Amino acid sequence: MTPTAGAPAGDLRLVELTKDFGSAVAVDCLSLTIPAGSFFALLGPSGCGKTTTLRMVAGLEEPTSGRIYLGDDDVTDRKAYKRPVNTVFQNYALFPHLNVFDNIAFGLRRRGVKDVKAQVDRMLDVVELQGFGVRRPSQLSGGQQQRIALARALINTPQVLLLDEPLGALDLKLRRQMQLELKRIQTDVGLTFVHVTHDQEEAMTMADTIAVMNNGKIEQLGSPVDLYENPSTVFVANFLGQSNLVAAQIVGTQGADLLLDVQGRKLTMPAARNCATGDSVYVGVRPEKVRLVPAGASVDLPGHNVLDGVVIDASYTGVTTQYVVRMAWGQDLMVIAANVGNEVRLTAGANAHLVWDASDTFGLEATGDIAEGIETIDEAGS
Amino acid sequence: MATTLSRPAARAASAAPARRPRRQSWLRRHVVQIFAAVALLYMFLPVAYVIAFSFNNPSDRYNSTWNSFTFSNWTDVCGPAGVCDSLKLSLEIGALATLGATVLGTLIAFALARRRFGGRATTNLLIFLPMATPEVVMGSSLLTLFVNLQVPLGFWTIVIAHITFDISFVVVTVKARLQGLDSRLEQAAMDLYANEWQTFRRITFPLVFPGILGAALLAFSLSFDDFIITNFNSGQTVTFPMFVWGASLRSIPPQVNVVGSIMFVASLGLALVGQVFYRRRRA
Repeated sequence: MTPTAGAPAGDLRLVELTKDFGSAVAVDCLSLTIPAGSFFALLGPSGCGKTTTLRMVAGLEEPTSGRIYLGDDDVTDRKAYKRPVNTVFQNYALFPHLNVFDNIAFGLRRRGVKDVKAQVDRMLDVVELQGFGVRRPSQLSGGQQQRIALARALINTPQVLLLDEPLGALDLKLRRQMQLELKRIQTDVGLTFVHVTHDQEEAMTMADTIAVMNNGKIEQLGSPVDLYENPSTVFVANFLGQSNLVAAQIVGTQGADLLLDVQGRKLTMPAARNCATGDSVYVGVRPEKVRLVPAGASVDLPGHNVLDGVVIDASYTGVTTQYVVRMAWGQDLMVIAANVGNEVRLTAGANAHLVWDASDTFGLEATGDIAEGIETIDEAGS
Repeated sequence: MATTLSRPAARAASAAPARRPRRQSWLRRHVVQIFAAVALLYMFLPVAYVIAFSFNNPSDRYNSTWNSFTFSNWTDVCGPAGVCDSLKLSLEIGALATLGATVLGTLIAFALARRRFGGRATTNLLIFLPMATPEVVMGSSLLTLFVNLQVPLGFWTIVIAHITFDISFVVVTVKARLQGLDSRLEQAAMDLYANEWQTFRRITFPLVFPGILGAALLAFSLSFDDFIITNFNSGQTVTFPMFVWGASLRSIPPQVNVVGSIMFVASLGLALVGQVFYRRRRA
């Protein structure tokens, strides 16, 4: 059966999908439903299994076990060229010996479409590269090549379009521009996009739903807002944005709040925001939710948490000032203050209170490394 | 005194030593070209000699002293007995050996570059051996083999011998090209509805073709040129290199120079066409 273009797309379902390479498990019993027409991101550090997952959907990698469904069709055992799925590769993989027109027409011609000109021209319109048909890929800039790779996949109106770090090779400015462009095209054509990336900002900008992956498993799945505001694991809290996490003990309840003890200080947290099951928790707050108040000022606000420390670094970055504040027990916490104009600017050495609304506090299972998911410079650069 | 120099004078003083290296620098700037010219002269002087003496009307049997200019060698290439017979034979053997070695070598290269199988590393190593083996050893070994198998020596034993040593060169050349080929291009083709055969025909083969063509040209020139291995396995058959060698013992007809000149011009032409084609594709 040849894939039919423009067929009403069904959901993409991965059921207990596993892939090992020898002894290393790349994807570990992953189950996931990606609704038709959504812009879905698989986000994770390099080596987390996101690209392997994508390649299994494309048919370029064979799963060790598990099934892949497109709508009601089980496509697990179908060859790559028999799946109504197309991929935009990380390095674009444009055919160097064919010109732009023939690159874009490649998929249509393989499916026996005779008159491809109108469709190719329309696709060149969509990616705004009219008149580039006669050029060779080597004559195009990175951003142009990226758009040709996108056009080459989109022209087949696949049920699912897979994007494997498609913007990784572009510089920052072009990347921002292409993010908006991709989002616009996805909205226009209404296809399911599955986007693999290690760039959390890219995932948050474009995707409706993000699955954060780590060690071959999905850590958490949700909308960008949901993931950022309510991280449910240490990895997600650290990988998606930054978090201040400190070890705490639950010592009691007070109405809908939990009472916490952090190195002898009392904090409260809404019970509904606690993901931990035991009394030991990692309690967290996002750095931009925290206000930095000079020592001595009154901080006795109801419904707020307060911790005291010494500012050891203040870096002014224009929009915000980022403070590193050392707690009495030696841990460094981060505060990001918006530079709105009337705030008191603290310098290194100043004593300060960290104040935040208790409802911005979240609790995580206190197993594993409290720093898990913090990207090292090495990883961020790759 | 120096401290009281006015500005223009100081400038002139500093300009003077700066001008001298500029005068010296012609040699310096052209040193690469000069060495290149000397090297090319060294390489092409014998070729120029061959071409020049293809127009000689020799006074002795060896065509080694210039006598007078003539076109008659060029108009009568096949005049002396054996020149054209041996040339035709060498071209035929070259064509067959090239075809055989290119087809087999390309298949081996694909297997080595694209498939994982037991004995792959050993094959990779062994494929280099015929290139490293001295021709005398290879020629005598093949002769022993043919004699033992009672294969009559002649045209076909030469072809088999040539394929034997050509294969290694084809494998190495094509494999290098294949390894430089990004396998994601083939995956992209499969992703775009091309089945295995279409992927090979539309993507892999066109991209590897320059390597295969280069390998074929190399195989042909090695075959056309071979003397030592051929000499062991030819029986009564006389290829062009053997004819020249045999003739040189008695007398070398100037037509040999004509054939040599034609070969040189033809390969130069091929190289030029290749360059032009390559540039046009890039542009």
